[in-house]
Amino acid sequence: MFDKLLKIDRRIIFIFVALALIVPMFLTITQHISVSPEVQIIYDTLKGLQPGSKVLMAFDYDPPSAPELQPMAVAILKYCFKNNLKVYIIGLWPQGPMQANMAIDNVISDPTFKDNPPIYDKDYVNLGFMSGNELVIQGMGSSFLHTFPRDYLGKPTHQLEMMKGVNNFSNIDFIVNLSAGYPGTVEWVLFAVDRFHAKLAAGNTAVQAPQVYPYVHAGQLSGLAGGLKGAAELEKLVGFYGKGTKFMLSQSFAHMIVIVFIIVGNAAYFITRKK
Amino acid sequence: MRREIPLIITAIVGFTYIIQFFVPHWPFNILEGLLTSWMLIIFAFAIWLGALNLLKVSLDKISKRSRDWPYAIITIAGFLMIAIPGFLFSGGRRFQDPGTAFDYIYQNVYSPLSSTMFAMLAFYVASASYRAFRARTKEATLLLLAAFFVMLGRVPIGDVLSSFLPEGFRMSQMADWIMNYPQTAGQRAIMIGIALGIVSTSLRLILGIERSHLGGE
Amino acid sequence: METGFTFTNTLAAILTIGIISFLWRDNPLYKVCEALFVGVSAGYWFVSLWYQNLLPQLFDNLGISQLFSSGSAEDGALQVLFKQGRFDDRLFYLVAGLLGLMMLMRLIPNLGWISRWPLGFIIGTTSGLYFTTYFQSNAMAQLKSTVLPFTTVGNIVMVVGTICGLVYFYFSKEHKGALGGAAKIGTWFLMITFGASFGYTVMSRMSLLIGRFDFLFSTWLGLVK
Repeated sequence: MFDKLLKIDRRIIFIFVALALIVPMFLTITQHISVSPEVQIIYDTLKGLQPGSKVLMAFDYDPPSAPELQPMAVAILKYCFKNNLKVYIIGLWPQGPMQANMAIDNVISDPTFKDNPPIYDKDYVNLGFMSGNELVIQGMGSSFLHTFPRDYLGKPTHQLEMMKGVNNFSNIDFIVNLSAGYPGTVEWVLFAVDRFHAKLAAGNTAVQAPQVYPYVHAGQLSGLAGGLKGAAELEKLVGFYGKGTKFMLSQSFAHMIVIVFIIVGNAAYFITRKK
Repeated sequence: MRREIPLIITAIVGFTYIIQFFVPHWPFNILEGLLTSWMLIIFAFAIWLGALNLLKVSLDKISKRSRDWPYAIITIAGFLMIAIPGFLFSGGRRFQDPGTAFDYIYQNVYSPLSSTMFAMLAFYVASASYRAFRARTKEATLLLLAAFFVMLGRVPIGDVLSSFLPEGFRMSQMADWIMNYPQTAGQRAIMIGIALGIVSTSLRLILGIERSHLGGE
Repeated sequence: METGFTFTNTLAAILTIGIISFLWRDNPLYKVCEALFVGVSAGYWFVSLWYQNLLPQLFDNLGISQLFSSGSAEDGALQVLFKQGRFDDRLFYLVAGLLGLMMLMRLIPNLGWISRWPLGFIIGTTSGLYFTTYFQSNAMAQLKSTVLPFTTVGNIVMVVGTICGLVYFYFSKEHKGALGGAAKIGTWFLMITFGASFGYTVMSRMSLLIGRFDFLFSTWLGLVK
């Protein structure tokens, strides 16, 4: 029997994985989301900002990473707009500003913001994407206007109301980077934090998050939200629940099924080896 | 001169950036700003090169009737499907506005395709965990245990299963401790090692000792 | 995003199912979706770079886009030169444009060597930048934050783990005796690191798949509210 288990068709494993993710979607079980210290730091920093403070959000991800990072983006945007923080959006990935637009649409469709929706060039601006990876950050250290001569709508950035007095990182109070890889959080730490002394928090995909923990420990990052759990924690802290919390039940089942697979696989291996 | 001039360019540009780090005053700050703004444009052309090369390779495949050549037609069709509406029918500089043809193709073609491509990895991770992940040695067992603690600690069910343990020793707290201390220590060692490697490789490139990126004659 | 059995959702669902069908076995629908993905991705980058990078950074600054449309009211470098008769330092963007065109010469077999000039430029820039920034941020800052008092278990673990991990990567001397012992401890810390990374990787991949299933069952089929 254990021999057969070891040689099982991988399509059967795929079916188990699919069921583990799909079935919980039909269940309504409330889960307690515990908040980790590094996500708490992000919220505490945002909470410490005065109304009118300038928050730069760097959308450095594409649609594949959206299930993890989009809920973080929506949660942070909702918090910023609710507390009158001015949001400046840029992207080191071309898909980033488009993901930002989708997040803004999500905010506008929230009944909380029905009477007071965020207004372009009053509450937020989207400067769009610029190729150059870390050189874009280097350029922003000197001048935002030279690095982004036009916003994503094609309007000259020096004509934007919100860009008045915003020259470089010294005019920004807090940076939140949502990153799925390169260029991303590592480049923001290397250039924006260590060269231009900006204050930075990061939301990362779970693949990347372990690699940036040393920056949190060294104080180079003011907080880190990793993966879907990080998104759920942020949603809990800011009080706007969304897909991050909704998907945690499927995530729980997914982790359980992988653990079961590893245990069963190892058990079958060691038992057949003993024979 | 086909290899010497690029090496000289590399050295001049490389040293400019290094000196500018320590001497951020005239003329190095002006030079650095100039070079950076040039680089933003050259990067764009480099990515354009990749896209145009893809078209070239696909056209070659079609003309030579290579294996799977009909799919090369689909590749070119996909490229034109987004490029033509993007350039001609999406309002010019406002091509990303919701409702434009470009945005439609991004939301309904590009986004589902790219998302699903990466989502497939979930199945392979589970399959690989079952078939290949074996606790044959002490080190492999340690790796597995760390993975178990982190996987259970990062979902609410971990705290439910460890609710009998005292506060501070539940799954989520143990996962937090593992991530913040031993995991960070290991990552830090890797990070420092890579940083030293990057420093030495960068120096070799700037000094022209490393020339493999230039290719053959 | 609209929900339900609409044309757009069905189109996206067919493309999603086409990719997933590879799990059963390789098939023409998957190959079509894969080829389409490659082409659309390249086209997406092509258009994005034109409007968000080349047009504002190169052609607007030089004044070339002003010659073809009245989209930009600002004078470019060429307008300043010919209308006002003075040198505008934005004319230096001509060098960037030239280097960019040289990069494209890689497509022509006999002229491919010309692309080495902009390539040398790129290599020089990134090497020069990385030489200082990686040393400052990933070496010095990390070493500095490893200097910790042995007052808590966490601090001891951090210092011992980092030093032993670094010792493991020191291959100039054979790992024997005290060095070997330290390298062994370093191995254990690295195993914990890789195990944690594996756990997070599982978390990440599963999240992506949850997103796709949410689209299929919630947005498209409307079975999940």
